[in-house]
Amino acid sequence: MKILVPISKVPDTTAKIAFTDNNTAFDTNNVQFIINPTDEWYALVRAIELVEQGGGSVTVINVGPAENDQFIRKALAIGANDAVRVDAEPKDAFFTASQIADYAKANGYDLVITGKETIDYNGAQIGAMIAEMMDAGYVALVTSLSVDGGKATMNREIEGGEEVVEASLPLVVSAQKGMAEQRIPNMRGIMQARTKPLQVVAPNGASPLVNISAYHLPEDKGGCTYVDAENVGELVRLLHEEAKVI
Amino acid sequence: MHQDTYTHPDYYLVDELLTEEHKIIRDSIRSWVKQKLSPVINDYAQKAEFPRWVVKELGEIGAFGPSIPAEYGGGGMDDIAYGIIMQELERCDSGIRSTASVQGSLVMYPIYKFGSEEQKRKYLPKLATGELFGCFGLTEPNHGSNPGGMETNIVDKGDHYLLNGAKMWISNSPLADIAVVWAKNEEGKIRGVIVEKGMEGFSAPEIKNKWSLRASITGELVFDNVRVPKENIFPEIEGLKGPLSCLSSARYGIAWGALGAAMDCYDTALKYSLERQQFGKPLAGFQLQQKKLAEMITEITKGQLLVWRLGQLKNEERATPAQISMAKRNSCEIAINIARESRQMLGGMGISGDYSIMRHSMNLESVITYEGTHDIHLLITGMDVTGVNAFK
Repeated sequence: MKILVPISKVPDTTAKIAFTDNNTAFDTNNVQFIINPTDEWYALVRAIELVEQGGGSVTVINVGPAENDQFIRKALAIGANDAVRVDAEPKDAFFTASQIADYAKANGYDLVITGKETIDYNGAQIGAMIAEMMDAGYVALVTSLSVDGGKATMNREIEGGEEVVEASLPLVVSAQKGMAEQRIPNMRGIMQARTKPLQVVAPNGASPLVNISAYHLPEDKGGCTYVDAENVGELVRLLHEEAKVI
Repeated sequence: MHQDTYTHPDYYLVDELLTEEHKIIRDSIRSWVKQKLSPVINDYAQKAEFPRWVVKELGEIGAFGPSIPAEYGGGGMDDIAYGIIMQELERCDSGIRSTASVQGSLVMYPIYKFGSEEQKRKYLPKLATGELFGCFGLTEPNHGSNPGGMETNIVDKGDHYLLNGAKMWISNSPLADIAVVWAKNEEGKIRGVIVEKGMEGFSAPEIKNKWSLRASITGELVFDNVRVPKENIFPEIEGLKGPLSCLSSARYGIAWGALGAAMDCYDTALKYSLERQQFGKPLAGFQLQQKKLAEMITEITKGQLLVWRLGQLKNEERATPAQISMAKRNSCEIAINIARESRQMLGGMGISGDYSIMRHSMNLESVITYEGTHDIHLLITGMDVTGVNAFK
């Protein structure tokens, strides 16, 4: 079974978020980046487990510049067999999905496993778009995944319970917590990653469909005003005149 | 323990001097530390208990002997990678870094460097995985800074050596499966032997009552007519250069490691001072606090560049023992000062086990003492630049 795992580079969760160029670009100064956690911890690790159990190979794919190679190498150190980087800035979800889908179609992947969303833009669009472009099925927010022959069985969390879903391959799945446990690459894996293939390919001609015109940080949280429990009148006045909620 | 939110200071963009692989290594060790070690290290230190399980986990992640060639179970990595691993471990706790330093630099390194092929094949792969746990015996009750005066001795008895003597302040010893022990032969020449747990007459009592490296286990090595098989001696090496070359390797790791402790203290103090409000504004807004932070980051940045350059020299096999001494001494000194200053910035909270600073402070008292005391390293630099020996 050939599995493709798209990985994204995202700011670390502790990064301080700021914008530059008149609020039109994310300020990457002093920001430490990581592989998007749901891509790394769940999608990639489950893909590796499936190959360990049933044979096949795991390819990681990233759309991004050469500086992303260190994140791709990390994915190889965790246990992916080979990697592809589409040498282009991932401008929007459509552009990115189009690159991944084209590669997946051209190279005959049976299964594409994405993280449920990236922790920076939280778009959660890539998986569905790839599935549509590949003309494959799509199951989102999957907490467990097994494959037997040409059929995948999955569990999904739904309101108030759980749903068990079956689908035939080729298939695109978005992974969330529960699908696997994070694997920290060891020194042996890091050493092996040195010699695993990392292929760089040119992007297809797709154009982004969405352009971000501006970013804004949320307003600072206002201070907390304490009102004496005896002074209900003052509380009502504040809610009416200052907070304007009643 | 607060959630470990450590981010490393990098004022001069030293990261750009590291390779992609170095950063992956750092990221791996840091993830392991944050997940496994940080949540529990305070408890172990408070109880003065060594987390025995870390030996296997350090082996699994590859923290033992990362620069030993892969054919012997090591990582086959460069010396900067080794330094980074030591830094990430000591960022959490000097005791855990000590465990890894001893196993890698003081047990695996001499076996790799001086051992016979049989010794290498027998011990190194199991030491790399943590299946075997090792210690290193050089210091004696009466011979610390002057190891050449050692009393521990071996006598050739034809089909074996007879080992007698005692070693003191030996990290890992009570739990170790093997000990690399330095002893004088009948001619007064220092030789290295591998002593295995269970050999008759060999014991390793624990040293208790430590106020430092409390999450690491320390003991003695006592040899009472221990029969050591002939095949357990290092065949070629003779004299102090054997143990001293091991110390150079370990000191190099400490130079990186102690800086990790300093970086953790700085990170803690910086974050705390931005959050803690006094007189209506964050502590970080007061000049005296900024002076502390500014001096800390200056020293850390200088230290980062020093160890990185030293790593480069070591990769090229050009790092001299004296250069390593300078870096070990510098990192320990700035770390102990930064721990003290940052503890003050946290006020009363600084002494609490909820923060790492006081533990680092206590640990660093050992780190500044072992593997060559602070004063001895100064004399090594002094001798190196003047050519005059001021040791005696």
